[in-house]
This record gives sequence, C-alpha cells and structure tokens, in this order.
Amino acid sequence: MTAPATTPDELGAAEPVSGRLSRWATSTALAVIPIGLAFLISAVILALLGVDPVAFFGDIVTAGITRESGRFDVITRMAPIMLIGCGMIFAFRASLWNLGIDGQFLLAAAFVAGLGPVVMANLPVPLGWVVLSLIAMVVGASWTLIPSLLKARYGTNEIVTSLMMSFIGVYLAVVLVSGPFDGPAAVPQTDAVPRDAMLMDIPGTSVHIGFLVALVVCFVTYLVFARTSFGTRVDVLGANPRAAIHLGINVPRLIVVTFFISGALAGLAASMDIQGIFGYMRADWNPAYGLAVVPLVFLARMNALALIPFAALFSLMSIGGQYAARRAHIPSDFVLLFVGVLLLCMVGTQYLNDKRARGEPLLPHSLRRAGRG
Amino acid sequence: MSVPLPVSHPSSTAAGSIPAVELIEITKAFPGVVANDHISLTAMPGEVLCLLGENGAGKSTLMSILSGLYQPDSGQIKVDGQAVRIDSPKSGRELGIGMVYQHLSLIPTMSVIENLMLGSNVGLILDEDAAHQRLHELSEMLGVHLDPNAIAGTLSLGQQQQIEIIKALWKGSRVLILDEPTTMLTPQGIEELQKVLRQVKGSGLAIIFITHKLHEAIAIGDRVAVLKLGRVVGHIERDVLTGETPHQLQQRIVGLMFGEQPVEQEADIAELREAASVARARRQMSDRPRLEVVDVVAEGAKGQYGIDGVSLAVRGGEILGVGGVDGNGQQALAQVIAGQQSLVRGDIRMGDASVVKLDVSERQRRGLRYVTDDRIGEGVVAPYAVSMNMVLKRIGQAPFWRRGAIDRTRINQTARELIDEFDIRTPHSETRIGALSGGNIQKTLLARELSFQPQVVVFNKPTHGLDVRTIAMVRGRIRELAEQGVAIVVISTDLDELVDLSDRVAVLFEGRIAGEVDVEPGAEVRIGELILGGAAA
Repeated sequence: MTAPATTPDELGAAEPVSGRLSRWATSTALAVIPIGLAFLISAVILALLGVDPVAFFGDIVTAGITRESGRFDVITRMAPIMLIGCGMIFAFRASLWNLGIDGQFLLAAAFVAGLGPVVMANLPVPLGWVVLSLIAMVVGASWTLIPSLLKARYGTNEIVTSLMMSFIGVYLAVVLVSGPFDGPAAVPQTDAVPRDAMLMDIPGTSVHIGFLVALVVCFVTYLVFARTSFGTRVDVLGANPRAAIHLGINVPRLIVVTFFISGALAGLAASMDIQGIFGYMRADWNPAYGLAVVPLVFLARMNALALIPFAALFSLMSIGGQYAARRAHIPSDFVLLFVGVLLLCMVGTQYLNDKRARGEPLLPHSLRRAGRG
Repeated sequence: MSVPLPVSHPSSTAAGSIPAVELIEITKAFPGVVANDHISLTAMPGEVLCLLGENGAGKSTLMSILSGLYQPDSGQIKVDGQAVRIDSPKSGRELGIGMVYQHLSLIPTMSVIENLMLGSNVGLILDEDAAHQRLHELSEMLGVHLDPNAIAGTLSLGQQQQIEIIKALWKGSRVLILDEPTTMLTPQGIEELQKVLRQVKGSGLAIIFITHKLHEAIAIGDRVAVLKLGRVVGHIERDVLTGETPHQLQQRIVGLMFGEQPVEQEADIAELREAASVARARRQMSDRPRLEVVDVVAEGAKGQYGIDGVSLAVRGGEILGVGGVDGNGQQALAQVIAGQQSLVRGDIRMGDASVVKLDVSERQRRGLRYVTDDRIGEGVVAPYAVSMNMVLKRIGQAPFWRRGAIDRTRINQTARELIDEFDIRTPHSETRIGALSGGNIQKTLLARELSFQPQVVVFNKPTHGLDVRTIAMVRGRIRELAEQGVAIVVISTDLDELVDLSDRVAVLFEGRIAGEVDVEPGAEVRIGELILGGAAA
C-alpha cells in the first residue's frame, strides 16, 4: 500500500478566490466523473449477466430511497461506516495502516452486548449509553496497542500486526459471546437489553441517534485536520516521517495516539450498532465493515466531510443492492464489485488529472498517433 | 551481447561538421513558469559543451527533455542531423544519449559488474563474460581501473561516478550528459573526472556538462552556453575560451549571467572570498562556550562512520567549521547535537546545562537550530505551502496556533515578511514548496531556522548545490548571525567555504576529530592534509 495521496487541502486556504473555485470544480469533477463511469461500467456488466440494468438500478432506488423504511435503513447503516471511516482517516493520514478494524469492532461489540444488560439495569438511560460507549471505545482502542507500540518502538510493519490482532480479536469476541457473556438462549448469544433501554430513535424516524453521533464525529474529525495543531502533526507524520523527527514531533507518541483514536472510533461504531439496532450480539455476527470502508476512505480523499456522501452511496448500494440482486437472481456481492469499479475509475481519473496538471498530453504518444493515422 | 558494440557511432567520428545533438527552439512550460524558452544548442562530436546557469535557470528541465523524461511543448531535437522524438528514457538510450545524474544510482551492496549488468537490460539470461569484456573495453577507453568484483558501496564517490559513466556508455553513446557531476567529489576526484572526460572526448563523443560553477565551466568546456531564467543568454566559443585569461572570462560570464550589473555581481563573488577576514576581526566572542560536545560516541547510518569520542566547544559569536570528506561522521554529529539521534556515551551542553535528555523540540525551545543538508528528505514537507513550511517547527505555538487552532492569516503574514526578507523567489506564499528550486528551498529553511531568536545554529552543508548568488547570501547570513553573538557550527565538505567562514576548523576523519586548525593564512594546506590523511599527516 502506498502513502495516501492527500495534499492537505486545508493548507491552501489563503490562496486567491479564483484558484479556490477552480480547485473546488476540479475536486467535484474528480468525484462525479468516476461515479458516472462506475454506473456505466456496472450497467454493461449487468447487461452481460443478462440483467436489465435500468430495472436493477430502479430496484435499488425503490428499496433504498422511495420506500420510507428502506430510506431509514440506509441512514442507519451509514453510522458505523462514518465512525469507522473517521477512525481510518486518523490513522491513514498519519500513513499508519490500521487494518485491524474488524477485531477492534467485534471485541468492543462483545463487551457492549455482554455488559449491556447489567449496565442498563443499574444506570439511567442516557448515562448507561455513554458508559457502554466509553467501554467500547477503550476496548477498541486497547486492541491497537500491540501493533502501535511495536510500530513506535521497533518500526514493525503495522499492516501485518494489526491484521493478525484482528484475527485474534474476531475469534476472541466469539469466545466471549459463547462463554462468559452467553445468555439463556439456545444459540450462543448474549442476553438482550430491554427495548426501552436501547438507543432512542431520531423523532419521526426509525433511525437511532447513532447517526447524529456519527455526523458530529465527522465534523469534529474534519475540524481536527483543518484547524488544529494535532491534525497538522498527524499530516506531517503521514507526509514525511523523517521531517516529523527533524521538526521535533514526538513520533512514537503520535503513532500510539493516532492508532488509539482509530480503534476508539471503531469501538464507538460497535457500541452504536449493538445499542441502536440489536440490543444483543450473536456469536456468529460479523458485519466485516473494515475492508469495505477502506476504499471509501480513499474515495473521500481522507476528508471526513467528503466521507459522508460516499457512506450514503455505499449504504444505499448495499441495502438497495441486496433487494435488487435478490430480484435479479445475482449474488448480493455485486455491491462490492460496484465499489471496486468505482475505485478503479477514481484512480484512473486522478491519474489523468495529475497528467493534466503537469501539462502532459492525456493520451500516450503511440495512441495519439494511432488516432491520427 | 556477444558482439561488442562500438564505443561511438562511425558517423560521429567521421565528420566534425554534423552536430551530435542539436536542440532547436525548445520550449517547455510548467504551470506558472516557462522553464525553457526557445532554447537552441548544438553539441559537436569531440567537444565539451558546458551549460552554465544558476539554480532554476532551466538546466535540469532541458536535460530531462533530452533524456526523454519530459516532452517539449515545441521545438525540435536532432541527433546526428536526423530529427528524432525522445518519448521515454529508453528511446533516449537507444538514440545514444547517455546520462549521468548528480545523485548516483548504484546499488551499494552489489558488485561493479552486477551493477553494470543490471543497467544493461539484456534479457533474461545474464552474460557475465560479455559484460566483463565490455567493462574492460570501456575502462581502457576511459583510462580507469575498476575491480569488477568490488562492492559498489565500498568504492569512493569518484569511482562510483566512473561506474555511472561506464553505465551511460554501455550501449554505445553519441552524447554523454553529466548533471552537476562534481558536487559530490573531492578535488582529486574532480581531477580524475576531467581526465576521464578528455578520454571520452578523444574518442569522438559529444559531452554536455551541466554546472553552476564558473571556474569549472572555464576549465572543462570547449564551448560554454549560459542559461538564465529559461533562456540562452550567451555563448562563449572555443577561440574566446582559449584566448582570454580566466579573469576576463569570469567577468564576461558574470556579465551574461547577471545582466545589467556585472560590477555589483563581481563584487558579490569577490565578497565570497574577502568579506570573511573583515567580519572576523569585528566579532566579539563570549568567554565561555555556548555549545559543548563532550566525548560523544554515536552510531552512524548505514555505510557511514558514526562518531567516536568527539569533543568540540563553540563560543558565542564564533564560527566553528567541521571539515572532512562526506561520510566521516558529519551526519551523526549533526543529528546528535540536534537531538534527532541518541548517543551511546558522552554529553552535550548548551550554556551550563546538559541537553542530552531533552528531545528535539525542547532543544529548539532553548534556541538550538539545525539547518539540515537533506533539504527535501527531512527539511521540508514537499506538498505543503511555503508559508506552512516556515512554521512547521512551531506547530501548536503562539502566535501561529492559539488554543490549538491554527491562525492562517498570521502564518501567511509572517511568511510574506520572511519571503521578502530572505528574498525567496516563489510565485506565492501558498505555492507548494516542492515546486521551488533548491536555492529557494534552502532560503525558506534559513528563514524558518534563523528568524526566531537562535542561540546555537548547526549548518550542515549550507551551500551545497546552490548558485553563486545564493551562496553569497547564505554565507552573509551566517556571518551576520555570528556578529549577533550566536554560536555556529558549519559542517561542510568544501574547503574554500570552511576557510572562508570559520574562525576555527575541526576535521572529522573516520568518526574522530583528526585535528583542529585556527584559520589564518596558509591554514588551507593543514586542513587539507587532515581531511585526506587524518591525524597522522
């Protein structure tokens, strides 16, 4: 994996208005063009599979936007994606590849579900939610400590260690849920918290307030990188680690802290899902958000506000896509294919834009010659 | 490669009248700057064309076009009289254009012959015998002796460069292009290089020699083309070069390079040599050392000496030069003082307090500054704006950050002031610093390090790779600082610079101080001996 391709946009805030406008136009084009292309290519693939693309995308719209329940499901699904995504933004902007999200998430979920009934029985509603969320954040964050300390102290490759810790975390969560946290039900699952102790819905919807929490976190994450010295330090570490040392940044501490935040936000996502949607956790439950969110974070160019529309698109494609795929008799993994195509289109568009910015012709010489001749 | 290739093309040896390479009206623009503006040049077989110009004059862009890295916006390239298109480095090589870059690209753990076979790209099966034979041919031609089985990393920089030259000639070249080839070399290495170039020339190749050093252009070139701001501002032909005295030539070139005010510029150059002694007499030094390095032992980076029991003391207002061939412990010394590297043993003191236990930023807060030699690698964050780079050592500190929140207006205002004060040539304070030339990057670093009350400043190769005008400016700043009572360490591989700036010069040899010399008339010889031979000399 290469370093993130971010040039911190926030740093150029004082340039002339015309420059900012044209850059805004460029960024928008860089987001819109690949999405259009991805829809086009997916339509071709669908047609090749013998599925009517218009009907397929129509079904997605029906199931994810037109129907009220579908709309609420899409928004509900956005919360964990946004929270996990913000966590990844912290790590990735420091060029730290925390790929252990699934382990951090599931372990935190197991603790929230396992301790939920006890905590909620003893604490009033809003305080109980906060306490469980804090527990989840500490658990998620702690699971990053081994990779981050190894990285900070010995420079050990965090991709490998965080991924290994993720496997351990995922199975440890299973052990917890089927052992110490196992409830009275026949299948291995935790005891459930009563319905009225679960996270409340946003009034007038069936969307739990985790979505609002996720919105706030996105905004705060954006501010951290746009405004604060902490964000600048993280960006410098990501852009040039040797410069970070030269500039007097405490690199080992920063590595541990950014990893910690990353894991804490994965834990918060787990807390929102368990407390908002289920109230309990089954031993075999694993939404595997981690690797699905990675491409979204890159699509959003590690900008927490830009992450929101991509989270919406992905959420729509997965909720509506499941319905559409069922109707069209194709596997629901088609959503992942769409995201993959989108990512490729994004990379291609970026490459051509970079060439344009360098003033080079967009087509290789041989192609242009072929075009003329 | 069973049939040995000819060293040069028959056509180029046959007729001296057809240029080996001809550039006609080459133009290349980048956003905001025309790097090459209708440049026309010819390189004839059997002669050295020197391209002389300041940093940012467009030399590197021109060479990138010749080697196929960039495409010109307009203009034509002819090789042996034939119009050609060079659309990749590969096609450049196939046309017989051999490049030797400023920074060597050998793989240090591999042997000479392995490095050469790696570059020759012959296919799946490596033919070592043929490679040995080719190396032998080329060594004969260049008049050099290289052990094919020596590990590249153990050879001197001069020898490594010879390998690069052989690599460039490996497939038979018409033109050999050398980009600032003497920057890394010792005086002896430069002499060797000149000998090699005479051999190459003698066998009928054209040589394009890029440099920003005036005396080199005069000594090595058969013809000189002077570049300024993307244009060719003048040629000096062979008869003039041989007919005039070095001093006349120097005046002529300075006139071309600096346009209307040759006198003032000449004074600048003279100042490089003479201002030193005047300044030295004026300075007041503190009684007690402001920086002390006491018996420090530290490990070196891969392939370099660390330092082994080094002790130094610098007083306020004093400039201590640290000389020596690159890789003799300079890096470790600078990093240990700055706090970027931990030491095995010893003490570092500023004033009366030991700073060994303090981290980089705490040492900065106490007035220690380190102007790194690795400007791009660790000095700047290339994708960031010039303005941001100026405050990166003060992240989170007032007035640029208040209660954790950045104050961009304040940063920009300070940046614009510093851009004026340090004469930094940048389109805007918000321009990416990576887009600036080396000289302007160095000025930005100086602005960052020197503008906030320094007490002790360590300069690591402060003028390495800069043009005459920037060198004068940098040295002027260093002297100014000393006059203000700052304790200064100047690490440099350039003997002239050391003698020019320093009050005292300590020489590092294999990680130890080989000796200290007070700078007085004749000190060069003694320092030179120490640099080459160590303590025994």
